[in-house]
Amino acid sequence: MLKIENLHASVEDRAILKGINLEVKPGEVHAIMGPNGAGKSTMASVIAGNESYEMTEGVIELEGVDLADLAPEERAHQGVFLSFQYPVEIPGVSVTNFIKTAINENRKAKGLGDMPAKDLLKKIREKSALLEIDRKFLSRSLNEGFSGGEKKRNEIFQMAMLEPKLAILDETDSGLDIDALRIVASGVNKLKSKDNAVIIITHYQRLLDYIKPDFVHVLYDGKIVKSGDASLALELEEKGYDWIKELV
Amino acid sequence: MSKYTEDDLREELKTKEYEYGFYTDIESETFKKGLNEDVVRAISKKKNEPQWMTDWRLEAFRVWEQMEEPNWANVTYKKPNFQEIAYYSAPKPKKKLDSLDEVDPDLLETFKKLGISLEEQKRLANVAVDIVVDSVSVATTFKKTLGEKGIIFMPISEAIQEHPELVRKHLGTVVPTTDNFYAALNSAVFSDGSFCYIPKGVRCPMELSTYFRINEGGTGQFERTLVVADKGSYVSYLEGCTAPARDENQLHAAVVELIALDDAEIKYSTVQNWYPGDAEGSGGVFNFVTKRALCETNAKVSWTQVETGSAITWKYPSCILKGNNSVGEFYSIAVTNNYQQADTGTKMIHLGKNTKSTIISKGISAGKSQNSYRGLVHIGARAENARNFSQCDSLLMGNECGAHTFPYIETKNSSAQIEHEATTSKIGEEQLFYCNQRGIDTEKAIALIVNGFSKEVLNKLPMEFAVEAQKLLEISLEGSVG
Ligand SMILES: Nc1ncnc2c1ncn2[C@@H]1O[C@H](COP(=O)(O)OP(=O)(O)O)[C@@H](O)[C@H]1O
Ligand SMILES: [Mg+2]
Repeated sequence: MLKIENLHASVEDRAILKGINLEVKPGEVHAIMGPNGAGKSTMASVIAGNESYEMTEGVIELEGVDLADLAPEERAHQGVFLSFQYPVEIPGVSVTNFIKTAINENRKAKGLGDMPAKDLLKKIREKSALLEIDRKFLSRSLNEGFSGGEKKRNEIFQMAMLEPKLAILDETDSGLDIDALRIVASGVNKLKSKDNAVIIITHYQRLLDYIKPDFVHVLYDGKIVKSGDASLALELEEKGYDWIKELV
Repeated sequence: MSKYTEDDLREELKTKEYEYGFYTDIESETFKKGLNEDVVRAISKKKNEPQWMTDWRLEAFRVWEQMEEPNWANVTYKKPNFQEIAYYSAPKPKKKLDSLDEVDPDLLETFKKLGISLEEQKRLANVAVDIVVDSVSVATTFKKTLGEKGIIFMPISEAIQEHPELVRKHLGTVVPTTDNFYAALNSAVFSDGSFCYIPKGVRCPMELSTYFRINEGGTGQFERTLVVADKGSYVSYLEGCTAPARDENQLHAAVVELIALDDAEIKYSTVQNWYPGDAEGSGGVFNFVTKRALCETNAKVSWTQVETGSAITWKYPSCILKGNNSVGEFYSIAVTNNYQQADTGTKMIHLGKNTKSTIISKGISAGKSQNSYRGLVHIGARAENARNFSQCDSLLMGNECGAHTFPYIETKNSSAQIEHEATTSKIGEEQLFYCNQRGIDTEKAIALIVNGFSKEVLNKLPMEFAVEAQKLLEISLEGSVG
């Protein structure tokens, strides 16, 4: 599904990603772990097409489609979704209005008309129930005055509404208390299928207790320095990242 | 892949054409350029006005001659040469039409470009327009409904003929001819405008609109509007201008007077979209408007405005809260782009006890434009327990534009409660990327963010106007991406 080869990226001429290789197949869950500043969020941003970062080398493909030349919204139309580590506020735009716009823009890109209000409502009801979101919450301005946990839950709600092929969850666990973590994780698990894939960025084992990864990768200084199965996450938890530094 | 920067955004905003910039070639009759007493007399004569009206105009002219054009506003422009302007232009009368087929195809085309078909317009049965170009029947229906309630709604030139006592009693009582340079000029030479009277205790059953008057030559330049809401009455008045861009009148100086007698309420909504000039800053309308309302006891006036057009806007819809417990509201969205300059705001003059005012101003600046809010809250010595709440928010796009806030407060009574809040924000690349990531392109994202920013004010507009206003905001700010 996703193929990344020799990915290099820099910001303001400073190299951040230094040759990443990663292949994600449909139905898989991959975890990316690593210390602060390793380049995890940068990698997510580059996949999503954030133009603050310059992709200097390499290949990013989604289902055989070269993403490098696509604008961020076109990548979204291809099925890329990023749950932001720091979601932004849009005052005066309700969660509902935002998601409605997003859904209809994605449909437009596929040559479809707007989703009928009835269907949209049904879908909102279904997905907000799945994530135990109070519907009053949906009429609030997007992320404005949201707690850290509310922001993250709202990201996953959007993911549920948009049904992407590839979801990248950037530190979705931070800011969530244990109950919220369980709800969000179970939501993600229910949305998983053999046709989509998830990349979970985290530096704690915690979330991975609920969403079982098929592969765990350790990102350090812009490179994947170690890959393994779920047990690697436990090993990291035990030994800490200093252990990784010794590997490099 | 190229990086999408603030520069690109700015570039895009510049390339936006004035989308409503078509014009209809209606034959018209125009006076020679220049202004003197004879021209004032000629205008009055042309309109067959009674002597008192002619005298009133002449008095205004004499005052105007002694006045200087003000220059305190935060705008810079080359002052118009008032002798280079033709002060009268009226469309040549056309013969009565029996069916739609006979309507000037150019005019039909204009309606089409405005996105409002005649059919659609008919369906908007809630909107009465004082000149419906197409269909006599619709106009008659409205006239009948209004007439049954005793509501008078007609061009002010007709009102001067048909209801001289009403016009004479109220004209110039809120905005005296001596008020300011442009008001004096308007009083001397006003071409036409609307007059509206709502009798005691009557609730006007529909939104009154001047929407379709815009294409009528000569009404735009020195428009005069007078709305009188008698005791306990209510009216919502819409003044719309998705005007054709090809307006030869560079200077516009309108005067609007609202009178809300005891327990009356007037809602006055404006969408202003005069030609803003091109991307280099040439051309464009100078819009110098004086709008003021007088509120008697328990009366309420709300001004709501969406200003997207004009090269220069100078406009301060105000409320004189003369009666006890009277309420004044001002809700404004002002958009400036390219080289546009807007200096707009309001004055709330609290004279009565327990008077209350609310000011919500949203300024959106893009390109190299300058957007200023100028507001005065005045609490008179006898205005016990007056209250004001003001909120001024500015949204900036790019680094070359400016937003300024000039709030003035004068309090002569210590029981006053005045609150002022102001914020400035910028459409950030992070916000745009967030929207893009959800599949929303930059153009749509800007529209979404701007609409969110303006929501509190858009919500104050009547439904059908809100949709139009939203469309205008998008048109004024979006470039065609790619
Ligand atoms: N927009 C940016 N401008 C400048 N430096 C950045 C930017 N984004 C990331 N960086 C730098 O890149 C490195 C990797 O950051 P990030 O990808 O956020 O790491 P992680 O998510 O693994 O904690 C850090 O040194 C960070 O300071
Ligand atoms: Mg990060």
